[in-house]
Amino acid sequence: MTTASVVHPARFAQPEPAAQDAPAAAPAGMALRIASLRKSFGGQEVLRGIDLDIEAGQFVSIVGRSGCGKSTLLRLVAGLEPASGGSISAGVRGEGGAAVRLMFQEPRLVPWKSVLDNVGLGLKGDWRVRAGVALQEVGLADHAAKWPSQLSGGQRQRVALARALIHQPSLLLLDEPLGALDALTRLEMQQLIENLWLRHRFTVLLVTHDVEEAVALGDRVLLIDAGRVTLDLALDMPRTRQRGLPAFVHAEETVLARVLNRAPPGQAA
Amino acid sequence: MSTVRSPAAAGAGASVGTTAGAGIASTPYRWTAPLLPWAAPLVLLAVWQVASDLAWLPQRLLPAPSSVIATAWAMAASGELWRHLGISFGRAAAGFVIGGSLGLFFGLLTGLSRRGELTFDTLLQMLRTVPSLAVTPLILIWFGIDETSKIVLVAFATFFPVYMNTYHGIRSVDPQLIEMSRHYGLRGWPLVRHIILPGAVSSILVGVRYSLGVAWVVLIVAESIAAEAGIGYMAANAREFLNTNVIVLSIVLYALLGKATDALARRLEGRWLRWHENYQKRAQA
Repeated sequence: MTTASVVHPARFAQPEPAAQDAPAAAPAGMALRIASLRKSFGGQEVLRGIDLDIEAGQFVSIVGRSGCGKSTLLRLVAGLEPASGGSISAGVRGEGGAAVRLMFQEPRLVPWKSVLDNVGLGLKGDWRVRAGVALQEVGLADHAAKWPSQLSGGQRQRVALARALIHQPSLLLLDEPLGALDALTRLEMQQLIENLWLRHRFTVLLVTHDVEEAVALGDRVLLIDAGRVTLDLALDMPRTRQRGLPAFVHAEETVLARVLNRAPPGQAA
Repeated sequence: MSTVRSPAAAGAGASVGTTAGAGIASTPYRWTAPLLPWAAPLVLLAVWQVASDLAWLPQRLLPAPSSVIATAWAMAASGELWRHLGISFGRAAAGFVIGGSLGLFFGLLTGLSRRGELTFDTLLQMLRTVPSLAVTPLILIWFGIDETSKIVLVAFATFFPVYMNTYHGIRSVDPQLIEMSRHYGLRGWPLVRHIILPGAVSSILVGVRYSLGVAWVVLIVAESIAAEAGIGYMAANAREFLNTNVIVLSIVLYALLGKATDALARRLEGRWLRWHENYQKRAQA
């Protein structure tokens, strides 16, 4: 096993950005360079050398089958787990530090804290106003005093999103956060995430098993298969993307064909 | 739902109609609802009184409620009842505070620290299986028949339920929640205070409720073996003189004290677990 020289972006994280900053003065996104990143769990190699260059402010969708290692990649970038080899380095642009925030598959709200207190989790000082603003951004300003158990599934993920936003992340990691939501709520959440990204311009890594979602949101769609990047597709379509347009369908078919190991749409006939 | 309502009850029910239909056991709210739990004990009491009046129950074996109440009244008036009650209550409270605090402390220690667990858990698990009544004679020999021995015994008995449930509660806090909190910058004491302790509270309260029950049991036993005051002493003394009135009165007092301490623990639950769905429903009802 090679010796790992991993620089976790999370170490650069300064969980408390300047309190006076208006949310409009968005921090620039974080550029990310991942080189021959490996991860094994007890002899089982999950990531077999990932090389990626991600521009600051890019929206990257990562798709792949269950167990392909896409969530592991996200957890390594978030610093939740150490890598077995390779490196992750963060190029920080702009000022004020760079927070990396991960939104989990489950909302993971603290059940005994109110919605507002959940958003302000881990913050010190005068965060209540900022938490209110963050809740407003996700459309839940009226629910600040409620308990998480009083919210719907979609609302809980919105709170989780607000909790990430209050840290003004320059890199937002989304680990299938919409997987458990119904179709309509999911569409709403996709729109919300896109709008917030357009406003704040943080870098996004979105892990999803939904190819349509990946194509709808990503500047770039990565396919991970058996621990390697097997497709890296740049998408240059205007936003908000219309799902029925030929370019959209073509991109979706291309990715899907690779996921399912079929011939790509051009060569099919 | 097809309950027949009188007009008056229907009016009361309608005012909180929104909560009806939620939960497992749901009936429309009535003014009688708070009294309902007391209906069964009161019916039992009435049957008992009638049976005594008709001489179905020999007074020598089981006195009538009215005569027990008369005895209680006389003992209350003379101050004797309050003296015994006060002394027993003081012993139970002191013992519980000491045993409960130690249980909480060691539960936190072994729950939060791997090293603490390795150091203490085996010993405590061994001691836990020893019935507290088995150590009673030893404690009486060590600490004599005055206050200390009773307090030590109650402390010993209440320690383990609190310890076990604190330890278990901490270990069963959702690891996903802990991972998330660490990711959001909570570490050390803030992590314990905001995530781990609140997550363990419902389990700790189970321990507290159990401890409060156990406290009375061991105290009464200790007081009836060797004491000069307290409810246990009062009952043991009455047994010597075949004074069934006082024996029955003591039994009723145990029941009331048990109910009172349980109600106290329930209030704590209602306060500390108000975020929980089950308690929100209860609070609305």
